[in-house]
Amino acid sequence: MKKILSIFFITFFSQIIFLNVFAGSDGSIKLNKNENSNNNTADVKDCFETINRGIFAFNQGLDKIFFKPVAKGYRYLPKPIRSGTSNALSNLSNVVTIPNNILQGQLKEAGINTLRFSINTTLGIAGIFDVASYYGLNKLDKEDYGQTLGKWGVKEGCYFVLPVLGPTTVRDSLGSLANFSGGDAWYNVTVGNNTKYFEDSDYYYSRLTAGVDFRAKNLESFDSLEKNSLDLYASVRSLYLQDRTRKINNIDKTTETLNDDDWEEIDTQ
Amino acid sequence: MKRTKIITNFIIFFLFIFHVNAKEPSKLITEIVNEASIILSSSDPVESKIIKLNNIAEVNVDIEGIGMYTLGKYRKILSENQKIKYKKLFKSYFLKSFSSRLVDYSDPKINVVSQKKINDKYTIVSTVLEETSKNPKIKIDWRIYTKNPDRPLIRDLIVEGLSLARTQKEEFKSIIQNNDGDINYLFKSLEEFIIK
Repeated sequence: MKKILSIFFITFFSQIIFLNVFAGSDGSIKLNKNENSNNNTADVKDCFETINRGIFAFNQGLDKIFFKPVAKGYRYLPKPIRSGTSNALSNLSNVVTIPNNILQGQLKEAGINTLRFSINTTLGIAGIFDVASYYGLNKLDKEDYGQTLGKWGVKEGCYFVLPVLGPTTVRDSLGSLANFSGGDAWYNVTVGNNTKYFEDSDYYYSRLTAGVDFRAKNLESFDSLEKNSLDLYASVRSLYLQDRTRKINNIDKTTETLNDDDWEEIDTQ
Repeated sequence: MKRTKIITNFIIFFLFIFHVNAKEPSKLITEIVNEASIILSSSDPVESKIIKLNNIAEVNVDIEGIGMYTLGKYRKILSENQKIKYKKLFKSYFLKSFSSRLVDYSDPKINVVSQKKINDKYTIVSTVLEETSKNPKIKIDWRIYTKNPDRPLIRDLIVEGLSLARTQKEEFKSIIQNNDGDINYLFKSLEEFIIK
């Protein structure tokens, strides 16, 4: 029972870092699969949409009564404290990013992230200060096992919404499970193995704080999205899938993420 | 002979004017951002700010083009009357949504980083919304429609890689699909948003 509860909390806090509290979708969406594949698109099915919409409404309620108020309170903390917290959490995420860099063949990025992690954990006092950036080792994008599976060509599978955890796909859920099967060193030294240095609670607190930190950074964006959407569920689904596609393809240049076919047809001048 | 010379001079003159008037997309964004910044940081009442922001949008955003894009495949099955109705509704919806999103910012600092021409019709201008005490730094790319170089128009905002036009399109598609493909439900949703 304890194990099941642990996995529940872990999945919850892992997902919440992302877009979670919101979630949604409809029939199927077409997204570019790969920036180099000449508009090769993939259909992402929204399985059990009616149920998903119900869960989405539940998640929104939970956000209103818990996450949003906590995130608002977090905003009152002095900026150096918030920055330090954000830096430390970002530093910690390297233990998942580095193996995924290697799995995706990004050896240079793996090297940079390893150096960043070493410098920031020591000189930067557990990652509170981003000393590595001072030495020219700038922060890189995070990677996770879901992204790695995507890079390896695994399709998204169904898009669905989980209670509390938010939007996901079959592929991304499998990726999250890899964290608890030895893929996340931070999990391994806290929850996975009994060490005298860390407690299980260290892991849960770190995930919860990461979720609150993310929510606090996006208070206005979420409010604006909520206020201006005709179908918030569909908007969140679209944003989630666009974001995952962009991250899997490691696209910095955003123009390639879009299928230009439709734009080409629109002629107003 | 004299007549030919006059015509040639006219052509050269118009070509010169054309060249001078052709506006760089990055310059367009800089101007819009500065203009919006002045409006947003002013002490004007919110209603006045909204009117001024909407004026900027009407001049510089291809609202009709975005409206047609967001309809996706459904734009091909609209009757002429439906098209007219949709364009009118979308414009009102867009302006309300646009000003409502912007008016919450008191003084946004957006800096143009670069621009990249994709083809004759499109240029992407990359900008950065600078970090504030509330928000982290945000990358915003602007898709500029440059078919008429004299009058470049904004067609999409891509915030941290997420296209607002695409999101809108998928939202509209969802509304239509969930109502048995009846476009009137989209019209109804738009009307409800406009009057709320």
